[in-house]
Amino acid sequence: MKKIMLPFAMVAVLALIPFAGVQYAGLDYLFGVVIPYAAAVLFIAGFVYRMVDWLRRPVPYNITSTCGQEKSLDWIHHDKIESPSKPWHAAVRVLSEVLLFRSLFRNNKAEFSKGPDLVYGSTKWLWLGGLVFHWSLLVIVLRHARFFFIMVPGFAESLDQLDSFFDITLPAFYVTDALALSAITFLFVRRVSDAKMRIISLPTDYFPLFLLGGIVGAGVLMRYIAKVDVMAVKDQMLRLMSFSFDPPAEIGALFYVHLFLVCMLLLYFPFSKLMHMGAIFLSPTRTMLNNSREKMHVNVWRQPMKIRTYSEYEDDYREKMKKAKLPLEKE
Amino acid sequence: MSKYLPKQADLIREMEEKPSPLKGDHAKQEWWEMPVEFREGNFCFPAKPEVIEELGFANPRKWAVTDDDWQLPEGWQKTLMDGMRERIKKYRSLKLYLDSCVRCGACADKCHFFLGTGDPKNMPVLRAELVRSVYRGDFPMVEKILKGFAGSRKLTKEVLREWYMYFYQCTECRRCSVFCPMGIDTAEITIMVREILQLVGLNNNWILAPVANCNRTGNHLGIEPHTFVQNVESLVDDIEELTGVAVNPTFNRKGAEILFITPSGDVFGDPGVYTMMGYMLLFEHIGLDYTISTYASEGGNFGFFTSNDMMRKLNAKMYHEAERLGVKWILGGECGHMWRVVHQYMSTMNGPANFLEEPVSPITGTKFSNAKATKMVHIAEFTADLIHNSKLKLDPKRNDHLRTTFHDSCNVARGMGMFEEPRYVLNKVCNSFHEMPENTIREQTFCCGSGSGINAEENMAMRMKGGFPRANAVQKVKEKHQVNSLVTICAIDRASLPPLMRYWNPGVSVYGLHELVGNALVMQGEKMRTEDLREDPMTGFDDKEDDVD
Repeated sequence: MKKIMLPFAMVAVLALIPFAGVQYAGLDYLFGVVIPYAAAVLFIAGFVYRMVDWLRRPVPYNITSTCGQEKSLDWIHHDKIESPSKPWHAAVRVLSEVLLFRSLFRNNKAEFSKGPDLVYGSTKWLWLGGLVFHWSLLVIVLRHARFFFIMVPGFAESLDQLDSFFDITLPAFYVTDALALSAITFLFVRRVSDAKMRIISLPTDYFPLFLLGGIVGAGVLMRYIAKVDVMAVKDQMLRLMSFSFDPPAEIGALFYVHLFLVCMLLLYFPFSKLMHMGAIFLSPTRTMLNNSREKMHVNVWRQPMKIRTYSEYEDDYREKMKKAKLPLEKE
Repeated sequence: MSKYLPKQADLIREMEEKPSPLKGDHAKQEWWEMPVEFREGNFCFPAKPEVIEELGFANPRKWAVTDDDWQLPEGWQKTLMDGMRERIKKYRSLKLYLDSCVRCGACADKCHFFLGTGDPKNMPVLRAELVRSVYRGDFPMVEKILKGFAGSRKLTKEVLREWYMYFYQCTECRRCSVFCPMGIDTAEITIMVREILQLVGLNNNWILAPVANCNRTGNHLGIEPHTFVQNVESLVDDIEELTGVAVNPTFNRKGAEILFITPSGDVFGDPGVYTMMGYMLLFEHIGLDYTISTYASEGGNFGFFTSNDMMRKLNAKMYHEAERLGVKWILGGECGHMWRVVHQYMSTMNGPANFLEEPVSPITGTKFSNAKATKMVHIAEFTADLIHNSKLKLDPKRNDHLRTTFHDSCNVARGMGMFEEPRYVLNKVCNSFHEMPENTIREQTFCCGSGSGINAEENMAMRMKGGFPRANAVQKVKEKHQVNSLVTICAIDRASLPPLMRYWNPGVSVYGLHELVGNALVMQGEKMRTEDLREDPMTGFDDKEDDVD
């Protein structure tokens, strides 16, 4: 399947570039200093650009999607979250979407069967898989903070301890590594095993999965199998954090594979569907308040408009209206 | 039976044996390789040239959807792309919803048209991809570098045929948006694409003819003022004959307290007229000081299905007329898309309506502060308040011949959030009410399959497929609770659900909520009532003589 093989090959090539570059060409400086800086700058600039680009576009109408009872008569229960009428209602609505995937939790499946009939069932797998995927990645990113600061921040320390709760390998095994890899596998299998998912998926859906798989995979290899010098890694990261352009000390090529794939992710991020990370905070159907009859929403580009007025109407139908004994403005 | 409607056995065979291009020949194909097939029963006729001309839309001509040459204007690609770019600038929603889909597939099996046709391009995600694929070809540089990677394509005639087919196989019902983790609303995309398609003269007569009528005569059906009055008066006569009560609606009367606006289907169409009779009985019962306008004689707004400007133009008549008549506020009848427009667009498009007052019920004194800005109240809110304050004398036994279920109309549900009021009213006016399965009601309600202006006769086969999920849910309560009455608060439902029920669930009739209110109201000075508003016999109200025997 071309749309799976193409992104897979792309990630494989991307992984080989730094390996060859460091192992055989000695391009440590390029992969350890130049590319990380460039990727970070482009990521931040790109992300900000995309957010500003969305925010500067007007929201002419109030288009809240109401998934619960509106605020109406006093004695009718108002569903504050699904039909928000105050800013904090909408804030809870959006945050519960971001943090808990509220809408996916509602998911069910419908299948057409002979009869004809429709059979509905509960399906929480996407919700669970998605939640595990996003939360493990977040924890992994946060606990990487220990590489970026001389004094390891408190939250990173605690996350680290929690994450290595099952103290079964040396160094201690991280639960999130296993969870992230399982979730990526699940999301991939889901795309290829279901006919509907297969057909809606594009190369751009597989690419980030493979890329993240590559990043986590390289990280896992580095930590548990082909171990690299952690102190040298931390030194290099601290140098980058202090905007130093000094060349890096010798670190294994596997580290550069990991770092380079992260840089590719940062570059790809602002120009791809991964921007849903920012978009979810702006979705008008969810961020807006269902108070459009109570408070007038203003459309910034509204222009005066000519309509067919009552007097034009009366002019056209005056005789008929007179016969029907309808009151008239002009006799 | 219509020639556009296949026999049920044939349609079922088609649905079961060819439920999905996801199987068989198409199993290995990509969606953009699948053919677009216009055939009898699955599309609406295009607008007549004179109608397009009257409205000032583009490219009036005589053409047929099945023609090879659609007679598109010179430079149609540029017109469409410019139209898209302009709207992407004006609407954050459109830009955001084209950009942020992750194709998680949660929406895939949520669309009634997908469930009824099995056609993958009716999955909301792919419906939007029809446009996204063109949009992606228009913008991100990633595509220029990695051709074939981002799934983009050029706007060809074949793509245009796809747009025309699938954006008129979306009823803007927003069910998919409920399940989308990003809140992506396919209705927004459909609204924009239909607006863009107007620019090159691709449209549908079932929408544009009512729009032209509404602009000229005040209502979709094109009823001129004297006929409008006559028709309401014939309903007044029917009411008197049935109940012995004379109701006295007034028209275009200055100084009335309230302007009442309802879809014109309630004045002219069966079974809408019975709902109209219910309204008039209710207003008589409480002595409401109201008037009906022949100029603003349409609650619905098919302009909503053509372009934002047209929607605004038609909607503007409501405030214009309310101001001229000097009423205090506006009361609106039962309708779906009318209420999406009134609730979410009206004050933004044509407000502020400072010449009106914050609505207060003259009977109960209740302030409708939720309608403070728009100054328009939904009849179900109004009636629920009356009943809650014990202002109505009701005999729910008069609806004992009806075993009811309630169909939430898409727009009222997901574009307004009104779920409880109609249920409260329904429970007070009848004794037998049963909900359909939980994932087919309230915010998860299924469309009738004919919303957003595609309820044309020639589209019948598609309507029966799209309406199948709704019909199937009705069938469940019909089997379990012997439900025989489907109650709605939408005029398109009242027009489109009867054929759907006749096709899938014979024996189930369609009612407006206020028809049942009208049945149950015990009017002052009424005669012995043994028949309901549509002259069907009530249960337990036989002639007294029978009881004596």
